[in-house]
Amino acid sequence: MASTHSSDSEAGDSVTGGDATRPSDHMDAPTPAPESKITQPKLGLAGYGRFFWRQLTSMRTALFLLLLLAVAAIPGSLVPQITSDPNGVIAYRNNYPDTAAILDFFQVFNTYSSVWFSSIYLLLFISLIGCVLPRTKHHFDALRARPPKTPARLSRLQGFTTRTTEADVTTTIDSARGLLRSQRYRTELYGDSVSAERGYLRETGNLVFHAALVGVLVTVGIGGGFGYTGQRVVVEGYAFSNSLASYDSFNPGRFFSDDALDPYTVALDSFEPVYEIENQQAIGQAIDFTANVTTTVRGDEPQQSQIKVNEPLSLSGTNLYLLGNGYAPVITVRDADDKVIWSQPTPCLPFDANLGSTCIIKVPDGLDQQIGMLGFLYPTAGTLSSGALASVYPDLVSPVLTLEVYEGDLGLDNGQGTNAYSLNTDSLEQIAGRSSDAETLRLTPGDRLELPNGLGSVELTSIPRFVSLDVHHDPSQLPVLLFAMLLFGGLITSLFVPRRRMWVAATTDAAGVTTVEYAALARGDDPNLEAAVADFADKHSQQLRVRVES
Amino acid sequence: MTETLVSYSLIAVYSAMAIYTFAFIMFAVDLARRSAESSDASAASATGLAAASAQQASVMQAASSGGTATLTASPASTGDAAIVHSPKSLRIAMALTVIAWVLHVSAVIFRGVAAGRVPWANMFEFTLTATALIVGVFLLVQFWQDLRFLGSFITGFALLALGVGTSSFYVDVVPLPPALQSAWLVIHVFVASLSTGFFALAAGLSVVQLMQSRREAGKALKLRFLDTLPAADRLETLAYRLTVVGFVMWTFTLIAGAVWAERAWGRYWGWDTKEVWTFIIWTIYAGYIHARATRGWRGSRSAWLAIVGFAAVIFNFTVVNLFFKGLHAYSGL
Repeated sequence: MASTHSSDSEAGDSVTGGDATRPSDHMDAPTPAPESKITQPKLGLAGYGRFFWRQLTSMRTALFLLLLLAVAAIPGSLVPQITSDPNGVIAYRNNYPDTAAILDFFQVFNTYSSVWFSSIYLLLFISLIGCVLPRTKHHFDALRARPPKTPARLSRLQGFTTRTTEADVTTTIDSARGLLRSQRYRTELYGDSVSAERGYLRETGNLVFHAALVGVLVTVGIGGGFGYTGQRVVVEGYAFSNSLASYDSFNPGRFFSDDALDPYTVALDSFEPVYEIENQQAIGQAIDFTANVTTTVRGDEPQQSQIKVNEPLSLSGTNLYLLGNGYAPVITVRDADDKVIWSQPTPCLPFDANLGSTCIIKVPDGLDQQIGMLGFLYPTAGTLSSGALASVYPDLVSPVLTLEVYEGDLGLDNGQGTNAYSLNTDSLEQIAGRSSDAETLRLTPGDRLELPNGLGSVELTSIPRFVSLDVHHDPSQLPVLLFAMLLFGGLITSLFVPRRRMWVAATTDAAGVTTVEYAALARGDDPNLEAAVADFADKHSQQLRVRVES
Repeated sequence: MTETLVSYSLIAVYSAMAIYTFAFIMFAVDLARRSAESSDASAASATGLAAASAQQASVMQAASSGGTATLTASPASTGDAAIVHSPKSLRIAMALTVIAWVLHVSAVIFRGVAAGRVPWANMFEFTLTATALIVGVFLLVQFWQDLRFLGSFITGFALLALGVGTSSFYVDVVPLPPALQSAWLVIHVFVASLSTGFFALAAGLSVVQLMQSRREAGKALKLRFLDTLPAADRLETLAYRLTVVGFVMWTFTLIAGAVWAERAWGRYWGWDTKEVWTFIIWTIYAGYIHARATRGWRGSRSAWLAIVGFAAVIFNFTVVNLFFKGLHAYSGL
C-alpha cells in the first residue's frame, strides 16, 4: 500500500485517502507522524502568523467556535431583545434597573448584534473560509486528475474479494472498466488493473454548502442594509402614502436613502374580522382577518386588493403585512357654544383578546385649558361580579366607551416628543372620573354627554376599525432564499453521496484461469462500501460468464 | 360530531398508552433476559469479544497507515449475537408496540378529522403527533437495522410524553388562528416533528454507545445485557447515520420556517425565542457532525453532543413553548 506521504499523486493525495488539504486534525488528513523530540527552530513573525492561521482553521477551533456560538445564542432567548420585543426591554429596565445596567454593559438586550456574538460568528466564518478555499482549489485539481494508481496489494484494502473466470486478462479488465463507467466511476487503466473513483459530488456539495453559508451571511449583511421597514396605523376610510413623513415609525437600513421610497398610497376601505361563534370552547377567537384596500401607484389606475395574515400585498418592490388591528372611535368635542373643536378617530391599544382597549384623547386647542381623556373601550361590554366592565367578545355587539377627563397642561408644547398612547397626568387635574366630583363619562355610539363645569360636550360619533400595517422592503430576501436552497442541496449531496475508489486487478495462472481481485476505499463516511464491492464483483463475474459462454 | 371524534381520539390514545406500558415491560424483560443469557453464554461471548478485538486491532493497524476509510466503515463486528436472538419476550414487545402504535396513529387521525385540519396546532396535538412519529421512525428503522434493544427507551419515552400531554397539555379542539392558516403549518411542523424521531433514536443509541465504550474500556458495569448489543463503534455509526437524516430535516425546518415567517410576520429571521432555539439545536448537531470528523472527538465526546442535542430539542419543545415569550405562542395553554 502506498504510504501516506506517497509521491504518486496525480490526485494530489495518497491512495489511502489521506487528504493533505484538510486541517491537520481532520479525520481525513494524513495521520501525523509520531512526535519525535526535535528542537524546533524559533518562529519568525511569518511563522507565528502561519501558526495562528493553522490554529484558526483547524477542525478543533471550528468545532469550538460552533459550540460557543450555540451557547452564546442562549442569553438572547432569556432576556427580551430590542429588535424583537422592545416593550419587553422597557418593562425589564423598569423592573430590574440594576440588572439591566449590567446587561446593557454586555449588550445582552442586543445579543445578536453584540460585539461578542459578532466576533464569534465572524471568527467562525474566517475559519470556515480559510478551510474551504484551499479545499476548493484542491477539488478543482482532483476533478481534472486521473484516478490514482492501483495499490500493489489490494488484499489490505476494504471489501477485498476475488473471483475466478475463464476470460483472459484484457477482456476481464475491459469489461470491469465498462461496468465501472456505467456506475458513474471515472476510470483509468494501470497495467492489468483498472482504478476508478466516483462521488466527486460529495466534496462539491460540501463546498457548496459552506460557500452558501458565507453567501447567506454576506447577503444579509449587505443586502439588508438597503432595505427598510415602516409601521403605520390606518383607520377605515383613511389612506397613507409611502413617504417618510407618513410613517408612525420607520427603520431604515444602513445604506438607505429617501429616494428608495416608491411613492404610492394605500387606502383602507374596510377591515373585516371573522370570529368563532359556534365552537363553545373558542367563542370569540379570531379565525380570519381581511383588510380591503385601494392602492394607487403613481401614474396608474387605483386598484382594489386584499391584505390578510399570511398573505401580504406586494406593491412597488415592497410588501405590506397585516400585523394588528383594533378600534379607533371617533370622538367629537364641542365647546360651550356648540362649536366642534375636535373630531377625529383615535386608535386604541387593545389589552386583551376580546379587544378591550385603552384610548388616549388629547385636545390641545379650542378651550381655555387643554383637555386630556383616558378612555376604555369595551366592544361587547359585560359586567364582572365586581361591578367593573369588561369586554366579553371582540366584535362590536354592545360597545361602551368610558372616559375620565382631565384639564390642564398636556405637556405638548415643551418641544419634547410625547407618546401618543399614554397620558402624563402630572400637570393635569381630573374633572370627571374616580378621583373627582363628576362621574366617569360612559358613552355608547351616538351618545353625547356634557363635560363638567359647563366646558362643552363630548360625543361618541362612530367606532371604525384600524389596522396596523408593516411595510417592508428587503432586497436580501431573494438572494438569501437562493443561498438557502444551495445550502440545502449541498448538504444533502455532501452527506449522502458516497465517495469511493474501487480497483479491479486481474492475473492469469499457467492453467489459463484468471483471478480477479476487487477492493475499495471509502473517502468520508461510506457505510455501504463493502456491500458495494461484493455487489460489483458479482455483477462483473456474471457479465464475464455471459461473455465466455457466448 | 366533533365531540364524538374527539372522544374516540382520547379513547384510542389511552388504549395506546396502556399497551405501550405492556410493551415497555416486555422490552425491560427482554433486557433482563439478555443479561441472564449473556452470563450463561460467557464462553460464547468471550469468543465473540475476541473476534471483535481482533477486528479492532486490524482496524487500528490499517488506520495508522491510512486515512478515514478504515475507521469509518467497520461492518457489524459484533451484534451477530443480537441478530441470532429473537426470543419470545422481544417479539411480544414488538407486536405490542405495533398494536399500540396503530391505536396511537388512529388517535392522531381522529383528532385531525375532528378539528378539520392537521392535528398539530397546539401543545397537546404536537405531543400526540410527534410521539406517534417517534415510535413510527423506531418501527420503520427495524427494516433497516435491528434496533429493538432501544424499545424500552422509545416506548418509555412515548409513554411519558403522552402522559404529560394528556394530563397537562390537553386543550379542546379550537379553530386555527389566522397566523397558522398556511400550508407551511402542514410542512414545517410535520418535518420538525419527524426529525425529532431520528434525533430520539440517535440519542438512545449514543447513550448505549457511552455505556458500551465504558464496558469495552474495562470499567466494571453491571449491565450484562450490553454483551448482546453491538460494539460501541458500530453504535456510533448507526447514531451518526440517523442523526444526519434528522439534521437534514432540521435544516429544512429552519429554512421552511424562515419562508413562512416572512409571509406571516414580515421578516424571515428575527431572533424570536423559538427561532433562537431552533438555531441552537442546528448548531449543536452541526457541531456533532464536525466532531465526528475531528481527531480526538470521535467516540464518546461526539456521543455526548448527540445527547445534548436531543436534550435541547426537548427543551425547545417544552420549556421554550410554555415559558418563553415569543411569536411562536401556539401552545394553546
